[in-house]
Amino acid sequence: MIELNQVGYRIGENWLVRDITLTIEAGTLWCFVGPNGAGKSTLLRLISGELTPTTGNIRLFGKPIHTYEPRDFARLRAYLQQKRDVNFPFTSMEIVLFGRYPYLNGAKETTRDLHIAQEALRKVEADIFAERLYPTLSGGEASRVDIARILAQAPELFLLDEPTNHLDPRHHVQILNLCKTLCRQRKTVITAIHDLNLASMYADRLLMLKDGVSVACGSPRDVLTLEQLSEVYGIRFEVLSHPGGYPWVMPSLAH
Amino acid sequence: MQHRAKILFILIGCLPISLSIAAGVGAYQILPWRIPQILLFREEGFAVLTYVRFPRVVLSAVVGAMLAISGATLQGIFRNPLADPGLIGVTAGAGLGATLWIVLIGSGVLGVWGLPFAAFACGMLVTIGVWKIAASQGSVSTVTLLLAGIALNSFAGAGIGIMTFLADDEQLRSLTFWLLGGFGGATWPVVFITLPIAVIGMFVLLRLAAALNAMSLGESEAYHLGVSTESLKRWAIFGVALIVGAAVSAAGGIGFVGLVVPHLIRLIGGADHRYVLPGSAVGGAILLVLADLLARTVVVPAELPVGIVTALIGGPFFLWLLLRFKREVFL
Repeated sequence: MIELNQVGYRIGENWLVRDITLTIEAGTLWCFVGPNGAGKSTLLRLISGELTPTTGNIRLFGKPIHTYEPRDFARLRAYLQQKRDVNFPFTSMEIVLFGRYPYLNGAKETTRDLHIAQEALRKVEADIFAERLYPTLSGGEASRVDIARILAQAPELFLLDEPTNHLDPRHHVQILNLCKTLCRQRKTVITAIHDLNLASMYADRLLMLKDGVSVACGSPRDVLTLEQLSEVYGIRFEVLSHPGGYPWVMPSLAH
Repeated sequence: MQHRAKILFILIGCLPISLSIAAGVGAYQILPWRIPQILLFREEGFAVLTYVRFPRVVLSAVVGAMLAISGATLQGIFRNPLADPGLIGVTAGAGLGATLWIVLIGSGVLGVWGLPFAAFACGMLVTIGVWKIAASQGSVSTVTLLLAGIALNSFAGAGIGIMTFLADDEQLRSLTFWLLGGFGGATWPVVFITLPIAVIGMFVLLRLAAALNAMSLGESEAYHLGVSTESLKRWAIFGVALIVGAAVSAAGGIGFVGLVVPHLIRLIGGADHRYVLPGSAVGGAILLVLADLLARTVVVPAELPVGIVTALIGGPFFLWLLLRFKREVFL
């Protein structure tokens, strides 16, 4: 559904992302992993259309993404940002309803939109603070409301930049289970994530980045190997096999 | 949702009440409920109402609406509750135009029209300057817009300062009075020029309300939700410049309405711009009508500049709001 063809992005003389070629099939869950500054977020923002590639091109459903109208494109892909700051007293429910913006054409929300928003809040267990003011929520609560907003936007492609930030283990699992469910409905999910074990448990495909370049791409078993991990992160790792059959990774104490 | 429609309805209901109270009070007292009768049968007081009071209360309502809806729009665009219509340079620019006109050309040149047109033109010019400075490669950064606004504001302020320094006593007096704002010069022709600009400008801004909601999540979030952020910014900035330019030209620089009214409206009914924008317009109209009523009645037979009244009441009131509701609203 998405094709990246030799995508590169440069600011000044600095290449943040370089020569990425990828084909992402519908209904798969992808995780972008790599150290800080590896280019995970930049690559997501390129796919989201927010940044324009310096080289190469990106197609969604065969069509170059910059040829979509903003509103049409917003019905196809949603993007979850890491940082958030809302300075006005909106309720959580209102924030989630903003997800319906691409469908409204300036009209008032219908009961169907309200229903979709409520359902989205329930999926992330955030319906209990639907009427609370968003700026007063804790980091984790606000994260869940944001995820609900993305769900209400109902796109084909979900781009999630560290969706598990600020969340407790229960909600880690819940969010990634949700991603899995979306994939079963033929939606596509791409996340940038730091937790390698969560990535290993849930991802269909991993893309490992370092300095904006793809180091490894494939199934968790192919990507999370001792050599590749220590090359990318610059420390030693131990790789075990989890009873569930996927690699289990932890930094090694030995120097 | 219902709740907000009710608030808007009540506000709209309060507008004619405050208009008729303000039209009735003055050196010649008219009871508000007698106004329809006086108008219908041309009874005693007809001339006072139609030649003196009505243009004045209508103009103050229109100007109040324009300033408040502009404040609400800019707060939405800059995602900052402290934004105020002066931020994009239009107020200071108009002030500069007016002082240049008064000191260098003479306030009487081109009759009553020279001064407001100079103010309007200069206000628009400064806003265009702010916009051009912030624009690079087809996109405009809100942060640069803000900083360019601050820079050109202080530049225009310096220009006003120089003109004040050069002015003689009489010029200084009309200059000060103009800068503080007032409706002493309200006549029907002024109303008829200001009103269409207000209607067009407010129509433009009201159409942006839903996109401003998305914008409050952040500019890139708004883009991801399908908002054309560049065109949103362009329409908002030029809509605001148009109506604030017209407001300042008609009534001088009146502070605080644009800052305080949107907060009040958010406090009563929440932050949805589809409610805050029209609510601010009506609220601003009511507030400025009443402020002008005070301005022309407290020190009879003299008249206070209405800008002083809004600042005098607005300042402490805003402080009270801040202290009382800082948890809920300002955070």
